[in-house]
Amino acid sequence: MRIPRRKDWRLPRVSIRFVHVWRRNFLVWRKLAFTSVLGNLADPMMYMLGLGFGLGALMPEVNGTRYIVFLAAGTVAYSTMNSATFEALYSAFSRMQIQKTWEAIMIAPLDLDDIVLAEALWAATKATLSGCAILVIIWVLGLSYSALTLWIIPIAFLAGLTFACLALVMNAISPSYDFFLYYFTLVMTPMTLLCGVFFPVEQLPATLQAVSVALPLYHAIALVRPLVAGTIPGAPLLHAAVLIAYGVAGF
Amino acid sequence: MNALLDIRDLRKSYGSTEVIRGISLALARGECYGLLGPNGAGKTTTLRLCLGLTDPDGGTITLAGLPVPRAAREARLRLGVVPQMDSLDPDFTVTENLVVYGRYFGLADRTVRARVPELLEFAGLGSKAQAPIQSLSGGMKRRLSLARALVNDPDIVFLDEPTTGLDPQARHLIWERLKQLLGQGKTLLLTTHFMDEAERLCDRLSVMDAGRIVASGSPRELIDDHIEPEVVEVYGDGAAEWGEAVGRRLSERCERAGETVFCYTRGARPLMQDLESRGDLKYLHRPANLEDVFLKLTGRDLRD
Repeated sequence: MRIPRRKDWRLPRVSIRFVHVWRRNFLVWRKLAFTSVLGNLADPMMYMLGLGFGLGALMPEVNGTRYIVFLAAGTVAYSTMNSATFEALYSAFSRMQIQKTWEAIMIAPLDLDDIVLAEALWAATKATLSGCAILVIIWVLGLSYSALTLWIIPIAFLAGLTFACLALVMNAISPSYDFFLYYFTLVMTPMTLLCGVFFPVEQLPATLQAVSVALPLYHAIALVRPLVAGTIPGAPLLHAAVLIAYGVAGF
Repeated sequence: MNALLDIRDLRKSYGSTEVIRGISLALARGECYGLLGPNGAGKTTTLRLCLGLTDPDGGTITLAGLPVPRAAREARLRLGVVPQMDSLDPDFTVTENLVVYGRYFGLADRTVRARVPELLEFAGLGSKAQAPIQSLSGGMKRRLSLARALVNDPDIVFLDEPTTGLDPQARHLIWERLKQLLGQGKTLLLTTHFMDEAERLCDRLSVMDAGRIVASGSPRELIDDHIEPEVVEVYGDGAAEWGEAVGRRLSERCERAGETVFCYTRGARPLMQDLESRGDLKYLHRPANLEDVFLKLTGRDLRD
């Protein structure tokens, strides 16, 4: 059986039972939770510490903060994006094509819309966990003690949802895993380099800065970085609205 | 209308090819209905349309009193499905598969867990409750798929080629379980290309070919209506020549498939006498069965 493609454009119709699809993924995750959390922590932490201390030693301050603090905020957003994208691409694709999990669910009283919603929320959940893992490191290393950093948790969820929806679109149009590489090289990598994870966007030429502003990661970072620094971000609603718009368009 | 499933003038095209070309059928409560047909006849597509997984281009479907695809999600609450390819969740154990699946129907874990022993007993998997899916054999997986289809205690169960790829022991076990379900008053819709399966299980069946129903009725009626009651199969060296010279003359219908000649007749005595007197040809005299009907209606050409 093939997963059907909707020919016509229409608004998604969902039933409340989508929750159980999310719960299914959660139950699988729980079995592998330890490894998964370790993965969430280890990779971004190595980047952050390596670059943070290594490069940070060469630089006095970036935008008035220590480089490692600057980088930590970028890493929260970057890690959130990566986690959501991986889940919505590779993991969801396995469930759809290889394991036939989606097929099994669609012969139960659930529709494709329910599954896609659940997958997006699930990827956002995993993204939140990744974001939180970095947040814990930020606290442990004493990079920030501001209570405002708690706001990062809902922001990570929102950003996760956005990137998950975008990745699910890619998932739907890809015939195989190999096509995800295009998404990583053409979308993810440029976004990471252009949106100010490793260095301030202001370092870029004006044209590239303009591109950066149009990308969702820029807005995620614009929300997270001030919070880490202990200040309230400027125009929070605007940044959140851009994330929501990308997410809704994807869904 | 008391039919659990009522299909009228169903049509479906993929691109410019019409794969379902006007199918009508109705399933009464408690019967086993078979859809027979060669590969590509449209059996699986018909099931998918009835499930609401694809939208038809014409015709109406009513499942458990609800219009499909409009209320397909609600209709599927009353339905169980055993798909052609197993789609069990490889990340879970046998019991978890049932519990998680029950949730998709809005069933509480407590309710499903209470039913698990009974379901596993039915599927002959009583000792496998905590086994991971990867450790099950093909037959066990198919039986678990059947148990999973029953998790919501459905009124009607769709089975898409339920015994394809299974060994004889596993097939017989599945058949026995399906008869038990019929005994409990469940309604079954079965697709198959095994004639013995259809003959054993189905109260009524339709033979499909190229998106159409070419014949319907009980297995007995189909045999009586469409084919001569006796068959003599002749095979080995010289069978083809014998068929041209003698078989064609002494039977109502004579077909050749490779080295075998099939003679369909109302009285096999003259054929048998000739074959006995020759003594050099191998032959088999048997009553006509559903497979003969099937081959007559859909032809002997390969379908891919």
